[in-house]
Amino acid sequence: MRITRLVAAVGAVAMALTVAACGGDDDAGGSGSGATGIVGKAESGKLVIGVKADQPGLGLQTGGTYAGFDVEIGKIIAKGLGVADSGIEWKTTVSANREPYIQQGQVDLVVATYTINDERKKVVNFGGPYYVAGQDLLVPTNSTITGPESLAGKKVCSVSGSTPAKRIQTDYKDAKLQQFDSYSKCVTALAGGQVDAVTTDDIILAGYAAQEQYAGKFKVVGKPFSEEPYGIGLKKDDTAGCNKINDILKAAAADGSYKKAWDDTLGKSGKPAPELDAAKLTNCS
Amino acid sequence: MTTDAVLYDHPGPRAKARNRILTVAFGVLLLALLYWIYRKFDEKGQWAGALWEPFTESSTWTDYILPGLWHTLEAAAVGAVLSLVFGVIFAVGRLSDHWWIRWPAGAVVEFFRAVPLLLMMFFIFFGVPYLTEEPMSIFWAVVIGLTLYNGSVLAEAFRAGVRAVPAGQSEAAYAIGMRKGQVMGHILIPQAARAMLPVIVSQLVVLVKDTALGYIISYNELLQLGVNNVAANFGNVVQAAIVAAVIYIIVNSILTAFAGWLSRRTRRSGKAPRATGRGVVMGATDPGMGGGGGATTTL
Amino acid sequence: MDVFSDPLNREVYLTGFLWILKLTLAGGVGALVLGVLLAAMRVSPVPVLRAFGTAWVNIFRNTPLTLIIFFCYFGLFSTLGVSFSDDIDLNNFWLGVTGLSVYTAAFVCEAIRSGINTVPAGQAEAARAIGMTFRQTLTMIILPQAGRAVIAPLGSIIIALCKNATIVGTIGLMESSNAMKELINANGDAVVPIFLVFAGTFAIVLIPTGYAFGWLANRLAVKR
Repeated sequence: MRITRLVAAVGAVAMALTVAACGGDDDAGGSGSGATGIVGKAESGKLVIGVKADQPGLGLQTGGTYAGFDVEIGKIIAKGLGVADSGIEWKTTVSANREPYIQQGQVDLVVATYTINDERKKVVNFGGPYYVAGQDLLVPTNSTITGPESLAGKKVCSVSGSTPAKRIQTDYKDAKLQQFDSYSKCVTALAGGQVDAVTTDDIILAGYAAQEQYAGKFKVVGKPFSEEPYGIGLKKDDTAGCNKINDILKAAAADGSYKKAWDDTLGKSGKPAPELDAAKLTNCS
Repeated sequence: MTTDAVLYDHPGPRAKARNRILTVAFGVLLLALLYWIYRKFDEKGQWAGALWEPFTESSTWTDYILPGLWHTLEAAAVGAVLSLVFGVIFAVGRLSDHWWIRWPAGAVVEFFRAVPLLLMMFFIFFGVPYLTEEPMSIFWAVVIGLTLYNGSVLAEAFRAGVRAVPAGQSEAAYAIGMRKGQVMGHILIPQAARAMLPVIVSQLVVLVKDTALGYIISYNELLQLGVNNVAANFGNVVQAAIVAAVIYIIVNSILTAFAGWLSRRTRRSGKAPRATGRGVVMGATDPGMGGGGGATTTL
Repeated sequence: MDVFSDPLNREVYLTGFLWILKLTLAGGVGALVLGVLLAAMRVSPVPVLRAFGTAWVNIFRNTPLTLIIFFCYFGLFSTLGVSFSDDIDLNNFWLGVTGLSVYTAAFVCEAIRSGINTVPAGQAEAARAIGMTFRQTLTMIILPQAGRAVIAPLGSIIIALCKNATIVGTIGLMESSNAMKELINANGDAVVPIFLVFAGTFAIVLIPTGYAFGWLANRLAVKR
């Protein structure tokens, strides 16, 4: 999911205040070894990680547990920091509250379909990207739609006010846009035949395609027409923690745990595991 | 009040026959409509067991629906208490003898009654942080929105209630030497509150329904957890919405029944100022909005 | 107010309120017609009609409008196949009008019923005593008086309807709340002026409307 400028700006204000109030001295419950930020926090054996709760395949709350690719990435990071699965407290975040949650220290990390962009970089730090998503189309298996060019006259669904919806409006004017407030509703409309396609990040669409009740009904077209690098959000001043996360991601790509995380979750959609590009892990500030 | 019996005589043989025909005709029509809806739902597979099954499992209730309902009621309860406080303060403000209290109070009440709650909540959540330079919690964004809107409506209800108290009462109170505050606190407000109890309770029904708007700024209430999150898991958004609607109807029917009981009780006791036809009295004193009963509903 | 000097933004604002206006007008007409029918059912001598009216009021008055609008799309359109137009916006508009009408009709019905209640029972009894029929009693004695008593609550219902029209945005119509969201998203630095313009538009139109209905109700009130 993407953010809106608005939220980023709200975050910026919040950040300015936090910094002013705390003088940038941020000891997130470190246990005395002198390490600060998430590295210090991890020494206590506990981490709070923010994930989505309603995004199948990425972060989905089923009962008391969370499951999905983002959740698996969270576990890999925690493990690399020396925190066992049992020491992780999962917290539901939504697109609107990711920055405030990080800044207020309500969560230590955010792994929640969090696109890295310059506006957000002003208020939080990003480890990763651990995945590069792109806007794509989800269509019924027998659909003739082959990409954004063949959308003319077709009904496309997205979340109102989101970046994907905006892109359809400006770049593909011939498509008819139906907007709802959640992707679940778009997918329901797609299943009912009221719309011809759903558009947002390919990885989110793959999550729906992989869901049991839609098995075999939908396919992701596979021609992404934007680039959305997903990052792991943490506090702005925690550069050490950010670099540590990138090291952990590199190690995970090398030892196969990254591929396993994919195969266990979104791999079920039939999409092959992506390669983690270590050269791109340069967002820490 | 038995309006029905007043309007027409006890039916004679011809009227009885006509009523019977109407009953049968309308009944058949209604059943046909219901059957059509049933068939259409069936055609689209909406009765499929897999879609309804999640609601027979206790985990669906304990993980999504009940916490959602709890958050809905929590926001509604806090919002209700604050709305009442807001309502009393601004009602008194609008009845003040000083123009510099009366006018601002009036402006605030009129403004918040006229702005859609959806816009209000959106602004409180996204806009207010710019002014206060502090992040706004979702819960308080919902509660403040509910308070400003419903509190303003209640302020008008209280004001109409105070005006409905016969003038002789406050005159008598002044005559025995009570001060303005005492007249308001001991004589007018208690009677106004009692007279307006049904209106107040039906405004609370509105408030419960209004919490549903919280999901637009992603407050974890019944629609967010019970419909969006359940549907994300089981792909049954229509079924989840039906269950949520039934829950709302039950909760609000209980409140409405309570309002009805209260209004019968206050009427019987005869303690409340009994203006015949509350609608007329309120309509005359309150510009536009404070109609009888649930008519003040918005959003 | 730089935001509104851009003609594109002005258009977003204007289309938003144009939808609200259309929704209010169409929804208002629908709600009035339905509401009068329902009220007639609720005071009729036929038990089935009375029960139907009561059920309607209890169901629709107690469900959040958000859900009703949702059912209009996913129940009425998606499942029952009721389609108004091939154009997405127009179809959503009429689905929204349907939702607003059935919801608001419940309140209109109750307002009319309590209006009928304001007419003293003695008047209807007197009318019957001089041999007037049900229809005559209703049209010549009850309704003219009830109509006046109903003006004030009807006014508040219409105003509420206008504000409720923003909820049709949840099925994707670019009405004022979605328009405001869009402008805020694109102009994060001007949140406050944008809100004041949108909220102000509602206030400027609805506050005088409220007073007008109050004045009218006062003028036409039956003096007893």
